[in-house]
Amino acid sequence: MAYPKNYRYTKEHEWIEVKGDVATIGITDHAQHELGDVVFVELPKPGAKIEAGKSFGTVESVKAVSEIYAPAAGEVLEANGELHNTPEKINSDPHGAAWLIKVRLSNPAAISSLMDAAAYEAYIAEKGQETSA
Amino acid sequence: MNEKIKKVSRHINQNEGLIFEKSSPGKRAFELPPLDVPAADLTKALGANHRREGVPGFPEVSEIEVIRHFTRLSTWNHAIDLGMYPLGSCTMKYNPRVNEFVARLDGIATEHPYQPQELSQGCLKILRLLEKCLLEITGMDAITLQPAAGAQGEMTGLLLIRAYLQKQGNPRKKVLIPDSAHGTNPATAVIAGYEVENIKSESHGQIDVEKLREQVTGDVAALMLTNPSTLGIFEQRIAEIAEILHAKGALLYMDGANMNALTGVTRPGDLGVDVMHLNLHKTFSTPHGGGGPGAGPVAMKKILEPFRPVPILVEKEGGRLALEPVRPDSIGKVKAFSGNFGVLVRALAYILAYGPGVRQATEDAVLNANYIRKQLAGVFELPYSLPSMHEVVFSDAIQKKNGVNTMDIAKRLIDYGFHPYTTAFPLIVAGAMMIEPTESESKEECDQFIDAMKSIAEEAATNPEIVKTAPHTTRVSRLDEVGAARKPVLRWKPASPRSEAAD
Amino acid sequence: MRYLPKSPAERQEMLAAIGAKSIDELFSSIPERFRLREALKIPGPYSEAEIIQYFKDRAAENSNGYTSFLGAGVYNHLRSVVTDTIILRGEFLTSYTPYQAEISQGTLQAIFEFQTLMSQLTGQEVANASMYDGSTAMTEAVLMAERLTGRQRVLVARSVHPEYREVLKTYAKNSGLLVEEIPFAANGTVDQQKLKIALKDDVAAVVVQSPNFFGVIEPYAPLAESAHASGAMFVVAITEGVSLGLLRPPSEADIVAMEAQSFGLAPSYGGPFAGVIASRDKYVRQMPGRLAGQTTDSEGRRGFVLTLATREQHIRREKATSNICTNQALCALAATVHLTLLGKEGLREMAEQNLSKAHFALSELLKIPGVRRTFDAPFFNEFTVEFPRSVKIVNSQLSREKIIGPFALGTPYPELTKHALVCVTETTPRAEIERFAGALKRALEQPV
Repeated sequence: MAYPKNYRYTKEHEWIEVKGDVATIGITDHAQHELGDVVFVELPKPGAKIEAGKSFGTVESVKAVSEIYAPAAGEVLEANGELHNTPEKINSDPHGAAWLIKVRLSNPAAISSLMDAAAYEAYIAEKGQETSA
Repeated sequence: MNEKIKKVSRHINQNEGLIFEKSSPGKRAFELPPLDVPAADLTKALGANHRREGVPGFPEVSEIEVIRHFTRLSTWNHAIDLGMYPLGSCTMKYNPRVNEFVARLDGIATEHPYQPQELSQGCLKILRLLEKCLLEITGMDAITLQPAAGAQGEMTGLLLIRAYLQKQGNPRKKVLIPDSAHGTNPATAVIAGYEVENIKSESHGQIDVEKLREQVTGDVAALMLTNPSTLGIFEQRIAEIAEILHAKGALLYMDGANMNALTGVTRPGDLGVDVMHLNLHKTFSTPHGGGGPGAGPVAMKKILEPFRPVPILVEKEGGRLALEPVRPDSIGKVKAFSGNFGVLVRALAYILAYGPGVRQATEDAVLNANYIRKQLAGVFELPYSLPSMHEVVFSDAIQKKNGVNTMDIAKRLIDYGFHPYTTAFPLIVAGAMMIEPTESESKEECDQFIDAMKSIAEEAATNPEIVKTAPHTTRVSRLDEVGAARKPVLRWKPASPRSEAAD
Repeated sequence: MRYLPKSPAERQEMLAAIGAKSIDELFSSIPERFRLREALKIPGPYSEAEIIQYFKDRAAENSNGYTSFLGAGVYNHLRSVVTDTIILRGEFLTSYTPYQAEISQGTLQAIFEFQTLMSQLTGQEVANASMYDGSTAMTEAVLMAERLTGRQRVLVARSVHPEYREVLKTYAKNSGLLVEEIPFAANGTVDQQKLKIALKDDVAAVVVQSPNFFGVIEPYAPLAESAHASGAMFVVAITEGVSLGLLRPPSEADIVAMEAQSFGLAPSYGGPFAGVIASRDKYVRQMPGRLAGQTTDSEGRRGFVLTLATREQHIRREKATSNICTNQALCALAATVHLTLLGKEGLREMAEQNLSKAHFALSELLKIPGVRRTFDAPFFNEFTVEFPRSVKIVNSQLSREKIIGPFALGTPYPELTKHALVCVTETTPRAEIERFAGALKRALEQPV
């Protein structure tokens, strides 16, 4: 799966798409692949504040739970309600329909320090070589 | 299926639905003797509390159907009575039947915890003798038999530590837990009000003593140590570890899940352990019963004795025993009444059967594990070279090259007539295969297990698909766990025209 | 030794295969100074007959031949011999937790049936595979309410079983929970006025027991309303599950914590029993303990698996909903067998017999001069009476007539000194109830 060029990426495998001061956040194809079949997602409610680098929710497979870390700080505007009934969307469309939350960023400029698509692809390629098959 | 498989052949077990699906109004399986007093006027006695009809959906079947239903269900299970269960750190040993017999005796099974103590001296003597035996086995000074399982024992142990440190003025904040620990350890620490700080193992899976020195500060209440570790390896520097902790006023908690490697050979109390729990449903043969009940007694050094959960068993004049319900420094109660008495009875029966000869059981357990280790080393990767005690941990690294992992191998083992070993634990070994045969396995059974494992290794190399899609001989194949978690169906509901039907 | 399947020759063979000269070599990783040189000083070895004799001797030192009127959280009920026939089958007795579903379908389906029965009994949507007992189930229910509401205060009725409250306090000390007790009113039910006063918007749970420790049936509706009005969860503890054969269940409750001992588990001096947690589907991810779920295999066949395991300690570790691992599976199986034997009609009939016998006993006792009924409220199979003198003295007199008298309430409830909790179940013959009344009358006629 391609990594959208206009998204930014974190080392913990989240993506963020910014339009003005509103951002959409999700987890990457690499993350969903590592996790396996997603069975449940726990997301914050609208109005909740998220802090850059801190966990704001979890994604669960049958045998594991992964924290989701905020790429940037802000206030949650909306959480993707469809994921409650169809968590498998995260596996099939992690960069599109399975967005997790929309936030109003406190500091939109901070995004520029995150990896772009090319840097993220290089990062996960390097990680793939480090770990044993 | 090839002729190499000696143990298992396909056997008939019948299909059987849910008991609710066999229900039909008017069937009875149990009748009561007739009422010998005037029947109460239900409306008058209960008023608005009255449930007019019986419990909706409750089954109505006959006695023969109940017997057939559960008998058929039972044939779908593997069990120790059928063969080896090499689950690591579970100690699946033989559950002696005399234990079941004595636990059911009139005068044992029938006693009420609130009956007068003069009429309970038999029960109290059983508790006292078990206490004494477990203290002798562990080398400790005091004990509580109240916790219902290992996890509850862990919690009790940490609460004792907290109370002791609190009495000295500072309960402290953290508990150190090795990355190889069983999941109950960190879960328990949090319940006991402590933060968990991980301590990484060194390259042999042992506690990194130098790291420990750095990490034990005045904020650390205790280290929770499993010994032997979850790799089955004895913690060789345990005395030093205890000293480091004690020097900083911290305590050493030992998770006794692996006591089957130590009983009669060494005593945790002598090693510097301050408090530990035992799993009677592991080391002391009480049956697992599909997941419990167990018992998790906690043995401790004198310093922790005043904080024990109440009631306390004491000896009075003339040899009379009594339960004292009040102790000023007690942590309280972790469970109603005095513990899982029926489980304690079974454990005592086991200890009495062996007597001082219980060391032989430990020796046989370690012999079996090492025999299996010797025969399978090279066939499977051995991640740690230190000697194994009662269990051995391999990894699936060799088989992984063909895309076969520990879970696949475990599932294929089922086709050979064995219950799988423990997969994917401890976490510090990628693709772990944790094998604990226990002393209950004969040489013949061990050899069959070894043959099966060697055969699977060969299959992984030459025919990996058969391993990856195992098991092939069970009444159900691999089940959809993803669907079960996404849309949980956790009870039967009667099918109705508009409801989502049960099946 | 009969539990060890090795001959000396085989041990030698195995040592040789390992390349060790003696078994001691295999323990070389234990520092020499810690290895025991002497055998443990414990009794035995005993043959099977000696083991049996030891326990028979202990049994003879207990309460054989006495008739008991004790309840107080542990109840004597009829148990069918069929239950033991089933749970003594090796495939149930000696099997492990059903993590490997393909070879544990028997256990898993039985758990699914247990979860169903417990949901039906309690009027809830979902129940788990068991907790240790009623007292820890109640504690875990409170912790669950704390997690769900994010609040720290808990209001517990004082008429909840004293040991259950003690266990809750022991756990609460370390989790920052503030536990407050709500007194009982003159008729023995929860004092609703005092409850309302205590209910602010910082309460996680209101906990009541019904029938309560005094045997009195609590009115669920107004209590639930008060709790919900301030955003608190309504938690109901049930120690006598047979009552649900006749009484309407607490369907207003958010969480029910029940003791299943009454369903075919012998009193066994206090354990092992089985706790139950039942609640709503929407709270299931905060529920502790194991859950068995229905699913299908690759051929579409129905099967069962442990599910929602990410709540549990082996995956979530320090963030788990509970530290529980081993539960009371075989006891839950016994309860399942017992309840399918009793069935709808059997449970109802058993409950009716309990109610009738208890009412009969009360009317007999009230004929005795000096005996008064304490609480004027509906009850099931336990009720509280007042004696004109110390309950302990009365009980020691009853003991001489081979009767174990009622529970003395004075220790856990100092204001109820001289009050006693009488329990009568379907197992108490009329003749014994009458004998008890006669013995009590004689005891009270004795000079003080």
